[in-house]
Amino acid sequence: MKSLRFAPAILSAVVLLVLTSLMLGIRLEPEGTRLIVTTADSESLTLIAIGALVVFFFQLFRSTVDKSLTGVKSALPSISADRMLAATENKSIKTTLICFAVAGLMIWPFMVSRGAVDLATLALIYVMLGLGLNIVVGLAGLLDLGYVGFYAVGAYSYALLNQYLGLDFWSSLVMGGLLAAFFGFVLGFPVLRLRGDYLAIVTLGFGEIIRILLNNWTALTGGPNGISQIPKPTLFGLEFGRRAKEEGNVPFHEYFGIAYSSEYKVIFLYILAVLLVIATLFVINRLLRMPIGRAWEALREDDIACRSLGLNPTAIKLSAFTIGAAFAGFAGTFFAARQGFISPESFTFIESAIILAIVVLGGMGSQMGVILAAVIMTVLPEFAREFQEYRMLMFGLMMVCMMIWRPEGLLPMKRPHIETKKGRSESDEKTMATPVAEGV
Amino acid sequence: MSECLLEASDLSMRFGGLLAVDQMALKINQGEIVSMIGPNGAGKTTVFNCLTGFYKATGGDIRFKGQAIEGMPGFKIARLGVVRTFQNVRLFKAMTVLENLLVAQHRHLNTGLLAGLFKTPGFKKSETEAIAKSEFWLDKVGLTEFANREAGNLAYGQQRRLEIARCMVTNPELLMLDEPAAGLNPNETAELDELISDLRRDHGVTVLLIEHDMKLVMEISDRIYVINQGRPLASGTPDEIRNNPEVIKAYLGES
Amino acid sequence: MPESVLYFIQQLLNGLTVGSTYALIAIGYTMVYGIIGMINFAHGEIYMIGSYIAFAVMAGLAMMGVDSVSLMLIAAFVISVIITSSYGFAIERVAYRPLRNSNRLIALISAIGMSIFLQNYVRLAQGSRDIAMPSLITGGWSFGPEDGFQTTVSYMQLIIFVVTFISMTALTLFISKSKMGRACRACAEDLGMTNLLGINTNHIISLTFVIGAALAAVAGVLLGMYYGVINPYIGFMAGLKAFTAAVLGGIGSIPGAVLGGLILGVTEAFTAGYFSTEYKDVVAFGLLILILLFKPTGILGKPEVEKV
Repeated sequence: MKSLRFAPAILSAVVLLVLTSLMLGIRLEPEGTRLIVTTADSESLTLIAIGALVVFFFQLFRSTVDKSLTGVKSALPSISADRMLAATENKSIKTTLICFAVAGLMIWPFMVSRGAVDLATLALIYVMLGLGLNIVVGLAGLLDLGYVGFYAVGAYSYALLNQYLGLDFWSSLVMGGLLAAFFGFVLGFPVLRLRGDYLAIVTLGFGEIIRILLNNWTALTGGPNGISQIPKPTLFGLEFGRRAKEEGNVPFHEYFGIAYSSEYKVIFLYILAVLLVIATLFVINRLLRMPIGRAWEALREDDIACRSLGLNPTAIKLSAFTIGAAFAGFAGTFFAARQGFISPESFTFIESAIILAIVVLGGMGSQMGVILAAVIMTVLPEFAREFQEYRMLMFGLMMVCMMIWRPEGLLPMKRPHIETKKGRSESDEKTMATPVAEGV
Repeated sequence: MSECLLEASDLSMRFGGLLAVDQMALKINQGEIVSMIGPNGAGKTTVFNCLTGFYKATGGDIRFKGQAIEGMPGFKIARLGVVRTFQNVRLFKAMTVLENLLVAQHRHLNTGLLAGLFKTPGFKKSETEAIAKSEFWLDKVGLTEFANREAGNLAYGQQRRLEIARCMVTNPELLMLDEPAAGLNPNETAELDELISDLRRDHGVTVLLIEHDMKLVMEISDRIYVINQGRPLASGTPDEIRNNPEVIKAYLGES
Repeated sequence: MPESVLYFIQQLLNGLTVGSTYALIAIGYTMVYGIIGMINFAHGEIYMIGSYIAFAVMAGLAMMGVDSVSLMLIAAFVISVIITSSYGFAIERVAYRPLRNSNRLIALISAIGMSIFLQNYVRLAQGSRDIAMPSLITGGWSFGPEDGFQTTVSYMQLIIFVVTFISMTALTLFISKSKMGRACRACAEDLGMTNLLGINTNHIISLTFVIGAALAAVAGVLLGMYYGVINPYIGFMAGLKAFTAAVLGGIGSIPGAVLGGLILGVTEAFTAGYFSTEYKDVVAFGLLILILLFKPTGILGKPEVEKV
C-alpha cells in the first residue's frame, strides 16, 4: 500500500479542475451586444468530473500503472513490415508478393462502392504526401513544418498552367513536380544550415508565406475564391466526362463503345493514385540503397563526422528537401485534378501538421508505417462522423503520446543494409555474444 | 628536404575571454609523422579543430600545400586531403562497419540521381569499387569479419581502428589523429604503432598526431611539438624534446 | 505638426502597443529556451486561453452586476494568470518532462501536438466562432488639427503600456534579486551543474513555465480587450510572432525578447500603415527568416559554440 500517493493524486485532480473550470465548465455566448456566461451542459460537467476522477486514480496508482505500462510496451509488436519483407530473403517470393498486392489494389475498386473508391483515392494522396515528407523528416532528419507549401505549389501550378497556357494534366504533373522541387531547392538552399528546431520554424514561415501570397495575389490566383473547373486527367486523350470538353478529345465510354458511367472516372483517378504511390515507393526504395540515402542516415547520426570526411551537409540536406518537395508537387497536381477546385484553404498549417502526424504515427523513416498511418488517419474519421469533430484533438493528443511512449512509430523503420560476403552475416552474429565496449 | 605540406603561423583562437590557442606555429613536411603533446587542456584539440576548419581561428595563417585554407568550411578542407579522427570516436553507430566506409567515399561515388534509380552499369561499377576498397582497408585494420556488424557494437579498440580506416578510404594526404591510443591496451597500442608506420610507408600519408602515450610518441614521431596553455613551448626531434628542461618542467613541475 | 508626422506617430504608437504584448509572450519562449533549449510551440495557445478566461471573468462579473471597471480588470488579470499558470505547469509536466532528455525534434513534435490539442480543446469547448466583447475602456487623448488627421492615444493603449511595464519590472526584480531568480539564471547557464549543486532543477523548470504562462495570460487579457474579438485560432499567429520577437532579440535573453517584441510590433504597424495590412504577416515571417539566416543569435543573444 506504500505505492498509494494521495497528495499528488489530489493535487493533480485539483489542477485538472482548475484547468477545465473556466473552459469546459462554462460557455461564452453573445447576447445582443453583450457577452454572457452560462454553465456548460451537463455533458461537459460530467466529462470534467470523470476526467478529475481518472487523473486522481491514475496518480494514486501511478507506480502500479507505470509498471504495467512498461509491460504493455514490451509486449507491443516490435516486428515491422519492412523487416518482414526483408526477411523473405527469396527474391522471387518477394516479387510475387508485391505483384499480388498490386493486382489486389487494381481489382478491388471494381467490387466496392464509388464512395469507398473515392475515399481510397484521398487516402492515397495522403500516402504520397506522407512518403514525401518522410524523406525529409524520417530519412534526412529535417523537421519541415511548411511541407504543405510545396503541395500548394504543385496544385496551383496545374491550375494556373492549365488556365493560362492550356497545359494538360500529364505535362502539368511533370511541371508541378519540377516547380515544387525548384521551390524546395531555392527556399532550402539558404536555410538548411540552420539548426533543427530553427529550421522547423523557418519552414513553417515559408509555408505560411506561400499561403498568404496565394490568398492575396487575387489577380493571378483568384485569392480566397480559389480556382475552379480544373480539368480531370485524361487517358491518352480520352476524357472521362459524359461529353468531351476539349476539342478533338473523345470520351472514354464512346471510344470503347460502352455505356457512360461516372464510376469510370473515379476508378481511373484511383488507379492513377495507386500508380503514383508505387512510383514514389520505387524511388524511395532506390534512394535508400544509393549513396545519397546512406549520406542522409550518416548526417542524421553525426554531421560533424560527415564534415570531417568531406561531405557537404547542406548539399545532402538540400537533396532530401528538394526530392521531398517534388513528391509534394506531384501529390498537389493530382489533388487539384481530383478536386477540380482549389483554394488557399486547403493549404493551411493544419494540413502540414496532419501530414507530420501521419509520419510520426507510422514511424519516422518507415515506408510501411507511413502507408498504414495515412490509411488510418483518412479512413477512420469517415467511419464515425462524430469522430470528425474530434479528429484534430485526437491528432494532437496522439502526437504527444507517440513522442512519449513510442517515438519510433507503429512500424519502426528498418533500413536495407549493403552486406559484403567477406564479413559474417547478421544471422551468424545472433549466435555470438554481443561484445561490450571496453572502457570509454 | 621534402616539401612543406601544412603550415600554420600565428594561429590564435579565442573563446570569449579565454585565449585557448596563442600564437601557435606549426609546420608539417610531406611524409613526416609529427606529434603534438602537452598537458590536458593545453589546446591541442583546439589546434586540430582550427586546422580542420571546425573552428574559425581568430587569427593567423594556415596553408595547405601553399593554399590558404583558414576560414574554409571543414568539408572543403577534408576534400583537399586533410582528414581527421576524433578524441571520442565519432562513428555512424547505427550503420554497419562497411557502410561507415561507403559513406566516407561518398564524393568519389557516382551519385547521379538517375544513374542510381536505374542502376546503370556506371553506378554498379562505382559501388563495386567502393566495396572493394572498403574490404581492402577492413583487412588492413583487421575488421573484415565484422564488416556487416553495426559500428556501435564494436569493441572500443576496433572502433578506433575503424575510424582510421574510414579516414583512409578518402585517400587523404594528411591524416590527423586525435589521441588514437587513448583507452587502448598495450597490445593494441603496439598494433596502432605498426599501423601508423605502415600508413606512411605504403600509402604515402603524412600524419599529425595528438597523443599522451609517450612511448608511442617517442617511437613513432619524426618531430614533436609541445604545447602548454595554448602556447608553443618547444619543438624538435624526440631526443631534443626528451632533454628539453622546459618540457620537463611543464610535465613534471606542474602536473 | 504636419499630418504625415502625426500619422507616423500614430503608427509608431500602435506598433509599440502590439509590440509590448508580443514582448510579454516572447519572454515565455525565451525563458524556456534559455533553460531547457526547446521551443514551446504551445505557448501561443496559452495566450489564447488567457484571453478566453479574461472574457469569461469579465462577462461573468458584468452579469453579477459589478460595474467597477478596475475591479473587473483586476479580477480578470488575477484569475486568468492563476489558471493559465496551471496550464503552463500541467503542459510541462505532461508533454515535455518525459522528453527532457530526448532529441530536440522529438520534444518539438510533442509541443506541436500539444498546441493542436489545446487549440481544438478550446474550439470544442467554446466553438470556433469569433467571440466579441464590447470594450470596457473607451476614449483617449487626441492631438492634431480638429479637421485633419489626429493622433490618438487611447486609454486602453496606456493601460497596455503601464501593465507591460509593471510586469517587466516585476520580472526583472524577481530574476535579479530573489533566490529563485538566481537559481533560474544558474539553470540557464548550466542546467546539469545547477542540479549537481543541489538545486531542484525540476522546480525551476516548472517555475519557468509558470512565469511564461502568467505573462502570456497578461498579454492575453490586454490584447483581448484591445481588439475586442477572440477565437481559438489567435494563439497560433500570436505565438509565431512572439517567437519571432524572441529570436529577433536573441533567444535566451529577456531584454532581447522585449526589444524584439517592440521592433516587430513597430515594423508590422508600419507595414500595415504604409503598405498593406494583408502582407503584414509576410513581413513578420520574412523578418524571422532573415534574422535566422544572417544573425541567428539575434540582437542581444550569446553566440553558441559547437562542441566538436
